[in-house]
Amino acid sequence: MKDQDKVLKEVTQGEYKYGFYTDIETDIIAKGLNETVIRTIWEKKKEPEFMLEFRLNAYRKWLKMKMPDWAYLKIPAIDFQEISYYAAPRKKPKYESLDEVDPELIDTFNKLGIPLEEQMHLAGVAVDAVMDSVSVKTTFKETLAEKGIIFCSFSEALQEHPDLVRKYLSMAVPVGDNYFAALNSAVFSDGSFCYIPRGVRCPMELSTYFRINAANTGQFERTLIIADEGSYVSYLEGCTAPMRDENQLHAAVVEIIALGHAEVKYSTVQNWYPGDKNGKGGIYNFVTKRGICRGKSSKISWTQVETGSAITWKYPSCILLGDNSVGEFYSVALTNNHQQADTGTKMIHIGRNTKSTIVSKGISAGVSNNSYRGLVKVMPRALNARNFSQCDSLLMGDRCGAHTFPYIEVGNKSSVVEHEATTSKIGEDQIFYCNQRGISTEDAIGMIVNGYAREVLNKLPMEFAVEAQKLLAISLEGSVG
Amino acid sequence: MLSIKNLCVSIEGKEILTGINLEVRPGEVHAIMGPNGSGKSTLANVLAGREGYEITSGEITFEGEDLFELSPEERARKGIFLSFQYPVEIPGVPMVTFLKTSVNEHRKFKGEKPLTAGEFLKLMREKKQMVEMDTELTNRSVNEGFSGGEKKKNEIFQMALLEPRLSILDETDSGLDIDALKIVANGVNALKSPGRSTIVITHYQRLLDYIIPDHVHVLYKGKIVKSAGRELALELEEKGYEWIKQENGN
Repeated sequence: MKDQDKVLKEVTQGEYKYGFYTDIETDIIAKGLNETVIRTIWEKKKEPEFMLEFRLNAYRKWLKMKMPDWAYLKIPAIDFQEISYYAAPRKKPKYESLDEVDPELIDTFNKLGIPLEEQMHLAGVAVDAVMDSVSVKTTFKETLAEKGIIFCSFSEALQEHPDLVRKYLSMAVPVGDNYFAALNSAVFSDGSFCYIPRGVRCPMELSTYFRINAANTGQFERTLIIADEGSYVSYLEGCTAPMRDENQLHAAVVEIIALGHAEVKYSTVQNWYPGDKNGKGGIYNFVTKRGICRGKSSKISWTQVETGSAITWKYPSCILLGDNSVGEFYSVALTNNHQQADTGTKMIHIGRNTKSTIVSKGISAGVSNNSYRGLVKVMPRALNARNFSQCDSLLMGDRCGAHTFPYIEVGNKSSVVEHEATTSKIGEDQIFYCNQRGISTEDAIGMIVNGYAREVLNKLPMEFAVEAQKLLAISLEGSVG
Repeated sequence: MLSIKNLCVSIEGKEILTGINLEVRPGEVHAIMGPNGSGKSTLANVLAGREGYEITSGEITFEGEDLFELSPEERARKGIFLSFQYPVEIPGVPMVTFLKTSVNEHRKFKGEKPLTAGEFLKLMREKKQMVEMDTELTNRSVNEGFSGGEKKKNEIFQMALLEPRLSILDETDSGLDIDALKIVANGVNALKSPGRSTIVITHYQRLLDYIIPDHVHVLYKGKIVKSAGRELALELEEKGYEWIKQENGN
């Protein structure tokens, strides 16, 4: 019982910590964006002084910028004055029981094999403090603390580790990097912070799921991961369950800093609400993700499975500054119905003997459009740099589109850059072959698509990979036949 | 078991089968021979339920059921197996995943529990021996990088795993050397039982040296123009298809 008491105490304290939010549960500041709004956010979050300067600077830069129009996307006009930039996280659950939730959503949860308790959490149903799950979270925190690993919300990091944040924030993504990064820098509400000390190998996959209050980080999320010298961490973002959100616009920023000999593996499964079959609704997802390999022989690896959102604009990139550093990008992007995705990567080779690998697998169905956009840039001093890129597209049906925009700039003669690309249609003869062996068309498509994406799925941590496989199959349901 | 009555089939308006009649009883082996373009593969594909064929008239019943009411996967689960003339490659899908899914779909249909990974691997080992299937092959993706002969062996291997009621071998002998041909034929013969029937579609008679048919039919211009016992195959081997063509006015 003592343990339980301890756990209970921690849970209640955990809630108390966010007390200043929950008090003002109905507190949503008026729509619109100006310097006063930014000051208000800064005040409400009780952030250190330097953050006000940071936010205002970003805002002023943003004012001078224009919405990017170079992507192969049709983006409806967004009225940035129609958005409320600060809302306290909801304290009360949306629903009292799972019975009130959209049965279609529950059906998908079941297909994905998500445990009941997690289903409730995801759908926003009141969950009692179930001992098991709480103790998992507690054990988790204790294990990390022993190793000196910091893993907390961004707000918490600003209170407890302001110097670390200050040192590394915007190192990989400068505030004025692009329109959405500037906006995020000005108004971001919360996110995750992670620091792995020198020489420490993080003993478990860090997942936002374990971070209390992770569900309410809002539409402008900020993540900062710092891997000190010789450390290693594998970080998981998102989940396979379909995430609904009342905010249509999402503009997150993720920054990774890898110091000498450090390695960071960042895996994403993105399954925001894609809108209905006619293209109504759905999330607009404008994300800036960039890692910088600062030290020698450091490595950053991005793996993403993108199946959600009405619009995806996202280019997880690596700046290979340290000599012998390595950048990797493995991506599966699936679009169905009216979804649009313009995604890819940038590999900037600055250090000598730097290596990068790009494997992109696009899958288009319905009337969707799916583009790969990538830049491989080798600076003159990046002698002996190597890149290998492979960009494949799979088309289902004849009303969707797949596009590839690879840009290659090589500044010296000792570097080697290779690019391979294929486009194929899902074969009716493949489906029939499966049918003839007793496998239904839907299962066959799931199997064929997963086979096509296997190279990327293999890069995901085991548990995530299994879920991602199911997700690909479900996302294509009804797209053929 | 299988009853085909006056089957007429067109592809894009062109008549391919012009009135097929065929009865296959349990335990029987039927050979369907004929020159290229006579409609042999069309018949195989129509039986398996492939799309793109227009059934203009006629009926097919399988174990008393109207075949046209069943989807391709339902036909497969009820025991119709087609050994493909051109087996399809599915990159990235491991053989084991594919085969296990297939076997368990069949089991589910019969109301049996799915096999565990261990049980399945045991079954696979057993059947692999039957067709001398290389483990190296079953570790690959479905048919990927298989030679022509390996693909055909793989078809018979799947047949052995699924133990179908009616097997249709569509030109399984094409592209096989004599050793592979024997292995394939041995596999087919090992599966023979009073409850199972086989339709062997072939251009040449040499496969029929190893798989002994009860009935031989000659398909020409979309019709069965001749049916007899095993001796017909030998006669065809000797005389070629010319005399069939002449007898049928061409």
